[in-house]
Amino acid sequence: MSKKQSFLTKYIFSQDHKVVGVQYMILGLLMALVGGYLAYVFRYQLAYPNQSIPGYGVLEADKYNSAVTMHGTIMVFWVAMPILLSGFGNYLLPLMVGAKDMAFPKLNMLSFWVFFVSALTLISSFFVPEGAVGGGWTTYPPLMANPGFTGVGWGAPLWILAVALEFASMLMSGINFLTTTITMRAKGMTFFRMPLFVWMANVASLIFMFSVGPLIAGALMLLADQLFAVGFFLPEKGGDPLLFQHLFWFFGHPEVYVLLLPALGIVAEIITVFSRKSIFGYKMIIYSVLVAGVLSFLVWAHHQFVSGIDPRIAAPFGLTTILISVPFAITMFAYIASLWGGQVRFSTAMLFAISMIVEFLLGGVTGILNGATASDIYMHDTYFVVAHFHYTLFPIVFLTSFAGIYFWFPKIFGRFMNETWGKIHFWITAISANFVFLPLFFVGIAGNHRRIYDPSLFEHLKDFQYLHVISTIGLFVLIGAQVPFILNFFISMFKGKKATENPWEANTLEWQAPSPPGHGNFITDPVVHRWPYDYSLENTEKDWCPQTEAI
Amino acid sequence: MMNWLPENVSTYGTDMDAVMHSIWNIVFVWFLLAEAVLFYFLIRYRKKKGQRAKYKTGNSLKEMSWVLIPAAIVLMFDLGIDFYQNPVWKKVKIDIPQDPDLVVKIEGQQFVWNMTYPGLDNKFGTIDDFKTTSQLYVPINKKVVFELSSKDVIHSFWVPNLRLKQDAVPGRVIKGWFEAVKNGTYSIGCAELCGSGHGMMRGQLHVLSDKEYQDWVYKKTPKKAKKALEAAADSQQENSHE
Ligand SMILES: [Cu+2]
Ligand SMILES: [Cu+2]
Repeated sequence: MSKKQSFLTKYIFSQDHKVVGVQYMILGLLMALVGGYLAYVFRYQLAYPNQSIPGYGVLEADKYNSAVTMHGTIMVFWVAMPILLSGFGNYLLPLMVGAKDMAFPKLNMLSFWVFFVSALTLISSFFVPEGAVGGGWTTYPPLMANPGFTGVGWGAPLWILAVALEFASMLMSGINFLTTTITMRAKGMTFFRMPLFVWMANVASLIFMFSVGPLIAGALMLLADQLFAVGFFLPEKGGDPLLFQHLFWFFGHPEVYVLLLPALGIVAEIITVFSRKSIFGYKMIIYSVLVAGVLSFLVWAHHQFVSGIDPRIAAPFGLTTILISVPFAITMFAYIASLWGGQVRFSTAMLFAISMIVEFLLGGVTGILNGATASDIYMHDTYFVVAHFHYTLFPIVFLTSFAGIYFWFPKIFGRFMNETWGKIHFWITAISANFVFLPLFFVGIAGNHRRIYDPSLFEHLKDFQYLHVISTIGLFVLIGAQVPFILNFFISMFKGKKATENPWEANTLEWQAPSPPGHGNFITDPVVHRWPYDYSLENTEKDWCPQTEAI
Repeated sequence: MMNWLPENVSTYGTDMDAVMHSIWNIVFVWFLLAEAVLFYFLIRYRKKKGQRAKYKTGNSLKEMSWVLIPAAIVLMFDLGIDFYQNPVWKKVKIDIPQDPDLVVKIEGQQFVWNMTYPGLDNKFGTIDDFKTTSQLYVPINKKVVFELSSKDVIHSFWVPNLRLKQDAVPGRVIKGWFEAVKNGTYSIGCAELCGSGHGMMRGQLHVLSDKEYQDWVYKKTPKKAKKALEAAADSQQENSHE
């Protein structure tokens, strides 16, 4: 790469994994603005039914359905996936294993641009006749299979096309992650010397690859039903609507862990650095996650307990679902135990990482009420479920991404983000999120089912309207709190305090490279002598010990 | 938290509420314990001048047991919850009464519920069958079995006060049951996104006394059917006189 690079090849059509990673992150953050705007629109409707929404207008019932559908779709596939897995994964993985780049840089560039096209495709569906699809992010047929039912013309096939492109892009990323990890590790970087984030990103990629096949098959059949009325899922043509649900959730549940695992990886790196402690039970965590990965393929029907499947099949799925809490209990306990005996420094990154654990715990435990078959009869498709998965996904997607951004920003851009503004961002975000999502548990228990555009139409929900108002006001604050973040991000990029190569005194290899690392990452090829969590070793002067340091 | 549940008016609702209360109490205690330990560590082990963190990897089995023992207890609670709640699932979804007092056909359709009653003779397919739209009338303290189907897309029959939810799937007839124990009128909703009118797909459950219910059925029975039935009954009476 001695050729001088133009702006175009350096920052736009770049094959450098770091640039690709940052591109993914920034596009993911932009899509988060769209997903957030949609949340603002439908939450406004829920709190103040049928009033004109500032910045939108009156939200009709079918547009309400489009808004919730696209919010879910965007936040999962165009925010969580690209930021957590592709963004952080692309940026960090080669650096952390001591590689110069990904195994297939061109494929990596292609992966981002396919993702870019997928985002454009999805966004374009807002502007086609009859607008974006409104059948829910789960896109159940026959509603989504027969245009006569949805009232959606081009939105539905465009949705499928966009998701297909997005999956193609993620598969390309996954191939790169696995190949790079297996073949391009630095000398001395054994598998059990890899940082947890590398483990998590690889296991997540594997889970994604194993689970996505059935969904692609389901999506193609759905497309055939939509365009040619073939009838895979249409009973009047001998098809079965429930088949789609099985294919969807065979992917859909593992997908949760595709998002959770990279987040757990990011949190692990941050809490160890800022408590100056080893992670507690490194291998135990890895094995737990592997067990959970396998189990995640055996729980899918918990989304379908009341869907009309044979009720006798619910019990085994209820059991596997409840059991999957054990490996994650181990992981969470191990993270908490990692803080024991530490010297905790509350930087912005650390605050976000801790808040991820604090809030995720509530999302985790409330899942049991959905996993237990009997209580799920009531809770299924109520706001209780909505609150439950937002208490998992908000910490996974947003709190963790913020933690990661504040933490690796000095590596990525060679400058710090402003800590004071970071802490203001943190406190408002972490607290207001609870005002958004806590009330939803209560309305859910009170019997508020999902995806209805005006709960006050129901007699049994009239008294709980104030909870929707609290949630919506919480969302206004939450969205407002992102303004200082966005300003901090862009101003710090150019004006932030300069960072040295290892400002947080961390052990993993990326901190041995210059900040920011040039093309090819390391000045001299790193040689690894130890695992990444030797913080506060006894009988040493400094309280960290980079992986490159010989014994 | 589970005090926010709406009033329960079904027999099995009592069992389901007990399940929800117990699970919530268990998981909430675990949640509080984990948070308490976490916050204790954060405060106790915050950075202090001149102090150094301990080197503790948690890689030996002895250290791992700090985490594995609580996790084993979690596992025991998990299994306990599962075995405790399974019979309730069975009662609601599997053990559908063989000798119901009333059978109603319920069909979801964008965006109403069509109810078909067997009428005075308690048999479907006879002239005294009648229909209502989104209004379900049942007698109190009677086992009601419903046959749920859908005309178009997937809907979900949802009566919060009965603790009842069951998807209605086109191409299938799914059986379910309930027994209401309190007179009154209760909300019916559709809990599965079914199109633009999903949020307006409302209905009502009316739980009547036996007498009120019989009167209502009589009132709803088509005139023609009533005449035919009365004629049949008369001729039967005459027959029995002979
Ligand atoms: Cu699941
Ligand atoms: Cu519906």
